[in-house]
Amino acid sequence: MNEYNFAYLDEQTKRMIRRAILKALAVPGYQVPFASREMPMPYGWGTGGVQVSAATLTPDDVFKVIDQGADDTTNAVSIRKFFEKTAGVATTEETGKATIIQTRHRIPEARLRADQILVYQVPIPEPLRFLEPRETETRKMHSLQEYGLMHVKLYEDISQHGAISTAYAYPVRVADRYVMDPSPIPKFDNPKLEMDAIQLFGAGREQRIYALPPHTRVVSLDFEDYPFEASKADHACNLCGAEDSYLDEVITDDAGNRMFVCSDTDYCRSRREAGHQGRLAQEGTA
Amino acid sequence: MYVAVKGGEKAIENAHAWLAEERRGDPGVAELSLAQIREQLSLAVNRVMAEGSLYDPDLAALAIKQARGDLIEAIFLIRAYRTTLPRFGCSTPVDTGGMACDRRISATFKDAPGGQVLGPTFDYTHRLLDFKLAADGAVPAAPSAAPRHEPTPHITEFLKDEGLIQDEPASDEPPGDLTREPMEFPADRPLRLQALTRGDEGFVLGMAYSTQRGYARNHAFVGELRIGTVAVEMEIPELGFAIEIGEIVLTECETVNQFKGSKTEPPQFTRGYGLVFGQSERKAIAMALVDRALRWEELGEDDLGAPAQDQEFVLSHADNIQATGFLEHIKLPHYVDFQSELELVRKLRREAEERLEAREAAE
Repeated sequence: MNEYNFAYLDEQTKRMIRRAILKALAVPGYQVPFASREMPMPYGWGTGGVQVSAATLTPDDVFKVIDQGADDTTNAVSIRKFFEKTAGVATTEETGKATIIQTRHRIPEARLRADQILVYQVPIPEPLRFLEPRETETRKMHSLQEYGLMHVKLYEDISQHGAISTAYAYPVRVADRYVMDPSPIPKFDNPKLEMDAIQLFGAGREQRIYALPPHTRVVSLDFEDYPFEASKADHACNLCGAEDSYLDEVITDDAGNRMFVCSDTDYCRSRREAGHQGRLAQEGTA
Repeated sequence: MYVAVKGGEKAIENAHAWLAEERRGDPGVAELSLAQIREQLSLAVNRVMAEGSLYDPDLAALAIKQARGDLIEAIFLIRAYRTTLPRFGCSTPVDTGGMACDRRISATFKDAPGGQVLGPTFDYTHRLLDFKLAADGAVPAAPSAAPRHEPTPHITEFLKDEGLIQDEPASDEPPGDLTREPMEFPADRPLRLQALTRGDEGFVLGMAYSTQRGYARNHAFVGELRIGTVAVEMEIPELGFAIEIGEIVLTECETVNQFKGSKTEPPQFTRGYGLVFGQSERKAIAMALVDRALRWEELGEDDLGAPAQDQEFVLSHADNIQATGFLEHIKLPHYVDFQSELELVRKLRREAEERLEAREAAE
């Protein structure tokens, strides 16, 4: 695909996106409007993440793409192939070897380093959107730090259900200022948002970029008597035996039997290669 | 079992191969040429150019062929291609007053300079399936007359001369560009018109229809609808003057709407405006109605709370490429989010059951 520029976007567009990224890093958690371009994949399928990756990639980078934690889900495959074709960069499935990781809905289990960048695909960047549909209103609420509505919502959850009934895209407060949507990661991943790597969030359709610089204070919203709890399925991975990883539940037969496996496929693979075995290890690797 | 999510790469390749085969259909049937699509499905081509925001009938025909006739998919192909094109500059505003009209009608005056020209329209055809067309598409040549060479003035100009319609002062202010700057609200009229002209025809039609049925009703007359060819001129810096670089077909609609007057304005007619690539008259009329509804604030009218008056609602949801992408993305795997919901629902149910049991035990 030589007729396209490196990483598809033209240099001017990349500069425009980089300016938005720098602003986003300077004001952690603030949603920076940017002139999102139409990409050759549909809006809602990672166009924001793809544009941020395109503006961030250099020819020496090693690129990894995950969707639901896995490298081999169809859309992750499609995005990885897109950059193989348009940027010719090296790709990997190994979290440790990647310099840029584009993700949808997960943070890798392995601790990320200061020389890595995590790029999130974001469907709805506005954490207040489902409380207030108007952008003009929510921008005002952010600028005035008017977050009472969010606390009322969480409180109502507790009074109705006895617990905060948000399981993913759990809202966080960034650097004691902006309330931010961490994208639809399970709340299990929220504690990992404080990390050594740069985190960039791209929402293409909604034309917003936001960021978390390394070591930014990120607090999941909660109440003193109902503290935030990062939860996962109460099982160990049936393939690698990990008890500390987020698990997918797979229905294995007509009788409705289930198995639980790491959603982070690279984490699971590396543990199995290191000799760890779960309950169904023999069957699962077959 | 776990293998189910593996092999995505091979599956994608095979799916695309199958798609290509389905697109071609029965190889025993002659393949469509782009010229056939361009010439015989020209209204589809027009819609793809309008909503794709790119005036190129051949590329639009290619997109329709590649998309198997799915026009939104074809529009998407054009949009994705369009973003990769370099920009050389802007044309000067096209002069629709100088349009070589194929069609020009007014619903407000029985006759006016330039006359009523029906042109190639479906209006007044009886919608009866023409079975003869299934066998033989040959048509006799339509009668023709010598073209008029004098310009066809806009109908609204006559009302303006009498001061009966609100004036639209010309401005040399360069308009914003929603493909280059993120949309912010409130959006000014040039941006609103941009969003509407590339907006989904069905959506804009539905919004316009809602105003006719009473949601912010503002009875609209089609002051004028004209379809024809205009010259596109561009100023070349080295030359210092504008030269014609080509011609495009446009549909323009100006509506004349009632207006009772406000504290600052005397009673007069107001306007809605629609301008769309190609012969796209349903879209142009709908656009003019929605444009008019969105102008309530600048005309000092009341906010009736109608959907078509709400620019954030209309403009945020008019783009079918944004809408279809986000709608269809829910086909993508969501098992991580779903898993977290599963855990939560199980936990909440467990706790509810425990509470119930505790209450029963106490009784």
